[in-house]
Amino acid sequence: MSIAQTDVLIVGAGPAGLASAIQLKRQGVTRVTVVDREPEAGGMPRLCHHTGFGVWDFHRLYTGPQYARRYVALARELGVELLTETTITGWRSERALTFTSPGGLGAIEARAILLATGVRERPRAARLIPGYRPRGVFTTGSLQRFVDEEHLPVGKRAVIVGAEGVSLSAFMTLTGAGVAVAAMITEFPRDQLYLPYAPAKWWLMDVRHPTPIRTATRITRILGRKRVEGVEVESLSTGQRQVIPCDTVVFTGDWIPEHEVARKGELAMDAGAKGPRVDGQFRTSAPGVFAAGNLLRGAETAATSAMEGRFAAGHIADFLAGRAWPRRRLPILAQSPIIWAFPNAISVSDDPTRLKRVSFRVEKFIDDAVVQVRQGRKVLHEQRFSHLLPNETMRMKGDWLSRVDFGGDPPQVILTG
Amino acid sequence: MQKIYDVAIIGAGAVGTAIARELSRYRLNTVLLEAKPDVGMGTTKANTAIWHTGFDAKPGTLEAQLLRRSYALMQDYVPEAGVPTEPLGGLLVAWNEDQRQALPALRDRAHANGVTDVRIISPEEVYRLEPNLNQGARGGLFVPGESLICPFTLPLAFATQALLNGVSLKLNFPVHSVKQQDGVTLVEGPEETVRARYLVNAAGLYSDEIDHMLGHHDFTVTPRRGELIVYDKFARSLVNHIILPVPTAKTKGVLISPTVYGNVLLGPTAEDLEDKTNTATSEAGLTMLLEKGRAILPRLLDEEVTATYAGLRAATEHKDYQIRLHAEQRYVCVGGIRSTGVSAAMGIAEYVGELLAEAGLTLTPKPEFKTIRMPNIGEAGPRPYQQPELIAQNPDYGRMVCHCEKVSLGEILDAIHSPLPARTLDGLRRRTRAMQGRCQSFNCQAHITAILAKETGQSPRFLLSLDAGKELPL
Ligand SMILES: Cc1cc2nc3c(=O)[nH]c(=O)nc-3n(C[C@H](O)[C@H](O)[C@H](O)COP(=O)(O)OP(=O)(O)OC[C@H]3O[C@@H](n4cnc5c(N)ncnc54)[C@H](O)[C@@H]3O)c2cc1C
Ligand SMILES: Cc1cc2nc3c(=O)[nH]c(=O)nc-3n(C[C@H](O)[C@H](O)[C@H](O)COP(=O)(O)OP(=O)(O)OC[C@H]3O[C@@H](n4cnc5c(N)ncnc54)[C@H](O)[C@@H]3O)c2cc1C
Repeated sequence: MSIAQTDVLIVGAGPAGLASAIQLKRQGVTRVTVVDREPEAGGMPRLCHHTGFGVWDFHRLYTGPQYARRYVALARELGVELLTETTITGWRSERALTFTSPGGLGAIEARAILLATGVRERPRAARLIPGYRPRGVFTTGSLQRFVDEEHLPVGKRAVIVGAEGVSLSAFMTLTGAGVAVAAMITEFPRDQLYLPYAPAKWWLMDVRHPTPIRTATRITRILGRKRVEGVEVESLSTGQRQVIPCDTVVFTGDWIPEHEVARKGELAMDAGAKGPRVDGQFRTSAPGVFAAGNLLRGAETAATSAMEGRFAAGHIADFLAGRAWPRRRLPILAQSPIIWAFPNAISVSDDPTRLKRVSFRVEKFIDDAVVQVRQGRKVLHEQRFSHLLPNETMRMKGDWLSRVDFGGDPPQVILTG
Repeated sequence: MQKIYDVAIIGAGAVGTAIARELSRYRLNTVLLEAKPDVGMGTTKANTAIWHTGFDAKPGTLEAQLLRRSYALMQDYVPEAGVPTEPLGGLLVAWNEDQRQALPALRDRAHANGVTDVRIISPEEVYRLEPNLNQGARGGLFVPGESLICPFTLPLAFATQALLNGVSLKLNFPVHSVKQQDGVTLVEGPEETVRARYLVNAAGLYSDEIDHMLGHHDFTVTPRRGELIVYDKFARSLVNHIILPVPTAKTKGVLISPTVYGNVLLGPTAEDLEDKTNTATSEAGLTMLLEKGRAILPRLLDEEVTATYAGLRAATEHKDYQIRLHAEQRYVCVGGIRSTGVSAAMGIAEYVGELLAEAGLTLTPKPEFKTIRMPNIGEAGPRPYQQPELIAQNPDYGRMVCHCEKVSLGEILDAIHSPLPARTLDGLRRRTRAMQGRCQSFNCQAHITAILAKETGQSPRFLLSLDAGKELPL
């Protein structure tokens, strides 16, 4: 097996991986290698043919593919080594990964590794929706591949499961392909099309293609044997079931990090986020291995992932320059109805003054909430929120990080009252 | 004058394809008729995929006898043809006192069936073998010979070998009537009538209906649905053996077993239905499975679900296989192959050959019986993406198309251009594993549809509709 050498090996050429590679080059790192299993670099935005990308990172409004191309071009200009059609298959040693590619098998050994493998949406089977296995069931991702990549036909009348940002993305793809949307359904009592999606929702779903959003509703069955004929839905308030006729169902959101490489490397994982645990410097539990982007905790905007990649690059560069790997760290745990807190670990050497905010997500709408961070019996932080929103990243102050006692139990983020 | 075949076989499941393969070693003109667009699309593709020893079959039954014989035949055939398998062994766990007391009788039955290595083990040994089991196991029965098998490759192997040795295969041939005239059987499909001197009915769930067409009313098939949940490959390390419950009269019960693809199965349920096409999963069934799964292996439920499916057992009012020779009609009925047909197929095939000979068919061996080797889609052997020599010869074996299952373009192309070619997405899935991984084809289906369309000169639109499959007209 051939073993190549590089300074930083980045797995995943999406916004997180590419933004990180670009920043590393700018900081003067000599050899930066980005691998991706797809034939083209760019990650998920390559598939989102609608607009809405680039405002934060390029101060321009791009479509997904334009945005992806911009990142790829920048990386190329700066001399990042981009290897496509290269699938990382496992770990050869602590800092060497094995791959398969049309050129054969091999391994790449690096001084530091960044995992940025992104997410996928939980498909129908994983959500245990009973029924036959008819054609016409998609996730947003597969829908976009069908419509925009391969120009394959989808149906005529669709139901979208989910009512958050990505659901609107599915809505645009469907209506763009001439598919009518019968309804959007969400288990929550309200949709989660908060700002910045709210105006787009108003324009698209109220004005242009008036579409009902069924709240407090869950999907209980898919009807149809060969082709979807409808979905059975249940009202969570009355328990009543009803069939919505349609020939297409799109499951949106409900993210699972693409964590195969991370788990194969036995990195410590966060139970709520289902991604590798990282501290404020994007360090995983394995020395020299960093992680960033959607892999950490499900989908945020492309800009958030890119920003994380960029920040991670600074810490990777410091590590290459000799900054010691922390010897002590504690996980930061979350308790239902809080799903995860981020960062989900803290290391002795973290500089808490650089982390002004800790983000977190909750399972449901909660009004007048008090969020506490406790370590053992000690309350490190308490903060009141008038509203906590599901499918939205909430932020609390981060100054409590400096009060963590490394001899104590892991800090817990909980809801009180 | 239209061609008269020596033998026509109705149904290309594990059983029908095994019979076709068996007959292909003789100087015979055999035709295999299948309603669906591919072989192995009936119950054979939706089961728990275990290669049974027959340890728990009722001694003295035909099922016990044929399972035993099949086990021996498969010991040679499975490695020869490269059918993916893993010899894990079965561990039957007793969870209460009644079940524990049932173990000695089960062991004695196994020994009576000739499966002599079966032994009772202590709770300590149970936990040594399966450390992740829930608490409360009272003891167990260890059955070293139970193995995993690939139920997709097996019928493809039988059928491919049969084709290579001269059998004709007619797909999309739903038989809707059978008549006998002047010693010839006329088997009618929608577009064609096949004539044959001998007839074998291996129509699975529809074997009773074919039997009626020949004037017999010996049994009625009641579809007994079994629903299953497939867990993510990350669950594989939780399970070392096929974890079986203590069986009851009605069912072998809910088991937890690895698959040759590296996933973990939980199931099946057992529910008698009327509709022979009802392979839907149900809310009640899935809920029940989750409960059972939690009780047996709590950590299993922390992992993601990759897929759910349901299969239909061809159960009858009888306790044994319904294999009968009607010598005067030159007809063999192979019905009621309920819950062990994948494992028993080779034994059944040999037995059907003997019955046909008894009815007067001359079995003259051919000078050469060609063998085959199937592409490996199991985790036990090396897959193409792990073989540098293969990729050096053809870079397409290093070009991943299905990331979850690590299926390369080379394998997809091989399956499309194999002697028994994949013509549908489902056919590709069973030949390569593509699209059956954790993303459930959401990443690669569009791309694979485009490849299949291009390679077969069909339009993607047609393919997507074709893949919806054809309904049985019965
Ligand atoms: C349907 C949809 C619509 C969206 N719409 C918007 C929008 O309008 N605006 C917006 O800002 N954001 C949007 N997003 C979010 C945005 O796409 C993501 O936040 C962003 O792509 C995340 O970047 P990433 O680098 O973390 O991961 P990704 O972009 O997912 O990149 C991960 C890369 O890793 C590669 N990879 C994974 N495993 C391996 C392996 N083993 N070996 C090699 N390579 C591997 C993958 O091939 C992939 O290219 C949308 C997302 C989706 C799914
Ligand atoms: C949930 C479940 C779990 C099981 N687990 C196991 C296991 O672990 N191990 C094991 O060995 N067995 C198991 N079995 C049993 C096994 O799957 C069956 O016994 C076996 O597949 C039967 O094969 P077959 O060829 O008889 O039937 P099938 O595979 O159903 O084949 C019959 C074929 O005949 C065709 N056909 C029907 N009517 C017509 C017609 N009129 N014209 C043309 N073609 C027709 C059908 O399309 C079909 O392809 C299980 C079964 C189920 C349901």
